[in-house]
Amino acid sequence: MPDNYTGYKMDTNNTNINFSEEALQLMHKIMRRYPEGRQKSAILPLLHIAQAESEGWLSAPVMDKVAEILKVQPIEVYEVASFYTMFNLKPVGKCVIEVCRTGPCWLLGAEDIVKFIERKLNIKEGETTADGMFTLKTVECLASCGSAPMMQVGEKYHEHLTCEKVDELLDDYRVNTNEHISHWAKDKIKA
Amino acid sequence: MKRLLLQHIDVPGIDTLSVYREHGGYKALEKALKDMKPDDITEEVKKSGLRGRGGAGFPTGLKWSFLAKPEGVERYLVCNADESEPGTFKDRFLMSKIPHALIEGMIVSSFALGAKTSYIYIRGELLYVYHILEKAIAEAYDAGLLGKNIMGSGYSLDLYVHPGGGAYICGEETALIESLEGKRGNPRIKPPFPAVKGLWQSPTVVNNVETISAVPHIVNMGGDAYAAIGVGKSTGTKLISACGHIKKPGVYEIELGLPVEEFLFSDEYCGGIRNDKKLKAVVAGGSSVPILPGELFLKTANGEPRLMSYESLSDGGFATGTMLGSGGFIVMDEDTSVVKNLWNFTRFYHHESCGQCSPCREGTGWMEKVLHKFLEGHANMNDIDLLWDIQSKIEGKTICPLGEAASWPVASAIRHFRSEFEDYVKNPQKIKDVKHYYRVNNLDPVIN
Repeated sequence: MPDNYTGYKMDTNNTNINFSEEALQLMHKIMRRYPEGRQKSAILPLLHIAQAESEGWLSAPVMDKVAEILKVQPIEVYEVASFYTMFNLKPVGKCVIEVCRTGPCWLLGAEDIVKFIERKLNIKEGETTADGMFTLKTVECLASCGSAPMMQVGEKYHEHLTCEKVDELLDDYRVNTNEHISHWAKDKIKA
Repeated sequence: MKRLLLQHIDVPGIDTLSVYREHGGYKALEKALKDMKPDDITEEVKKSGLRGRGGAGFPTGLKWSFLAKPEGVERYLVCNADESEPGTFKDRFLMSKIPHALIEGMIVSSFALGAKTSYIYIRGELLYVYHILEKAIAEAYDAGLLGKNIMGSGYSLDLYVHPGGGAYICGEETALIESLEGKRGNPRIKPPFPAVKGLWQSPTVVNNVETISAVPHIVNMGGDAYAAIGVGKSTGTKLISACGHIKKPGVYEIELGLPVEEFLFSDEYCGGIRNDKKLKAVVAGGSSVPILPGELFLKTANGEPRLMSYESLSDGGFATGTMLGSGGFIVMDEDTSVVKNLWNFTRFYHHESCGQCSPCREGTGWMEKVLHKFLEGHANMNDIDLLWDIQSKIEGKTICPLGEAASWPVASAIRHFRSEFEDYVKNPQKIKDVKHYYRVNNLDPVIN
């Protein structure tokens, strides 16, 4: 960043973003893993935690808060968050279903799984159900090709999928809200 | 068949430190710290003939020997656990089942390279594996295998896991370094190579999970004994992740040099083609390597039986050969449409292109669009040549090998399956009739 940089200044008063104490502790623990002056390296793990703290997506104020913690410019966080597919830059449902769509899963019927979920939830790929419960995404290879077709919900891999299995899983997720709590949210409790 | 990495895979509790140690775990670390100098380890790795298991197959010992060692400058070892190559799932398997194999390898290799801090860059989606590794690392710290003065040797090391954010390109080593520095995963122009200027401009070695996990075995048995396994310059064992239309998909450890036919058809490995269909084509080393028709895959153009080795699979160059790559072994049966599958792979590369180099950023999108014309029945004969033209203008004209990875599947599909493209031009209905994949079932959803 040039010395004469006079870009956008964060308005911290205007953003009521507060991460939980546990999340902040975990963030600072992770930042200590990088040498002095290299804390920017912690952007990705911090964004994961921030996303878990913010209903599964990153708004500009949330990213500003991460920038503040890391002592970097907000643009440095935006440009990273927009590069990686795991960060949602718009609101998502409580339960994000990510179905692998790449070759090996596709050879074994991933397309059927996606169509089935679309019909069952009455949404298209990329959309969220009206009740804000489910978001359906298709993603690229999740390194589970030997157990294709597969999908990921939160931390969990669901493999060897059939439409019956997906049918049960979705019904289960609708009832069992704890099941799809974000993995990073769970992680912060351990720290 | 000799197994090293997966020798104890079925032992209950092998993911814990105590059980791992009961089965010979951390013996190599003890030997390395007590009886060997760092350069001795590099020497053994050189002798072993171990080659990078991530896909490129570059000799690991040689890569290590390139590491610059200026006085007073930190050096880093980074493990590439960003396994994202379609068809490849060996590293995820290995890390989740025997996390200490990687951790022991990291400590031994870091000692050999003189690194005081090392990182495991794991792809963000594998968060459950991240937790497994964190737990195993904590166990290692508690047992004095990490941290200050390891095993009383005076050598100290800190090891951390770093999660990615979902980007195939970060498996490329300079993109991985950029990402580890907290930036977008844009590959760097080489030189300077990471061995001279890598992480935070310091000398850095980046190695694949399987490569690093093999190092303790080399230390234990000696480089010469490791080199005695395998065939020619393809030494040791390799994990192959087999998937697609086979009876027994999964991760197999093979001695390099195993006949391809045995791997594909014997019950010990893949068990043959599902539903006893005929073999149509194989992508032998992850989606990036050239696709080969079944007959050319089983036998080289000279009629020799092909072996699972770096040399044999690439016999005949790209005209009639392919590559061992990452060991992502994708098998397609007679009902598979090569054109449809190619469109899927090309969509993948378009999606994963970082956008830095125009030939890749634009070219992958154009190829996806042209291939989609075939699926929609709007393609004409010139489109085959157009595809060929586009791929030839990406290959070799980009900063990183993603350009090649996107070009090779297209080039090889046209080279070996041109008639299939022509069929779809002549008879557009045909592609719609192609079953292509197994239907899971036709269950109607219950709408809540």
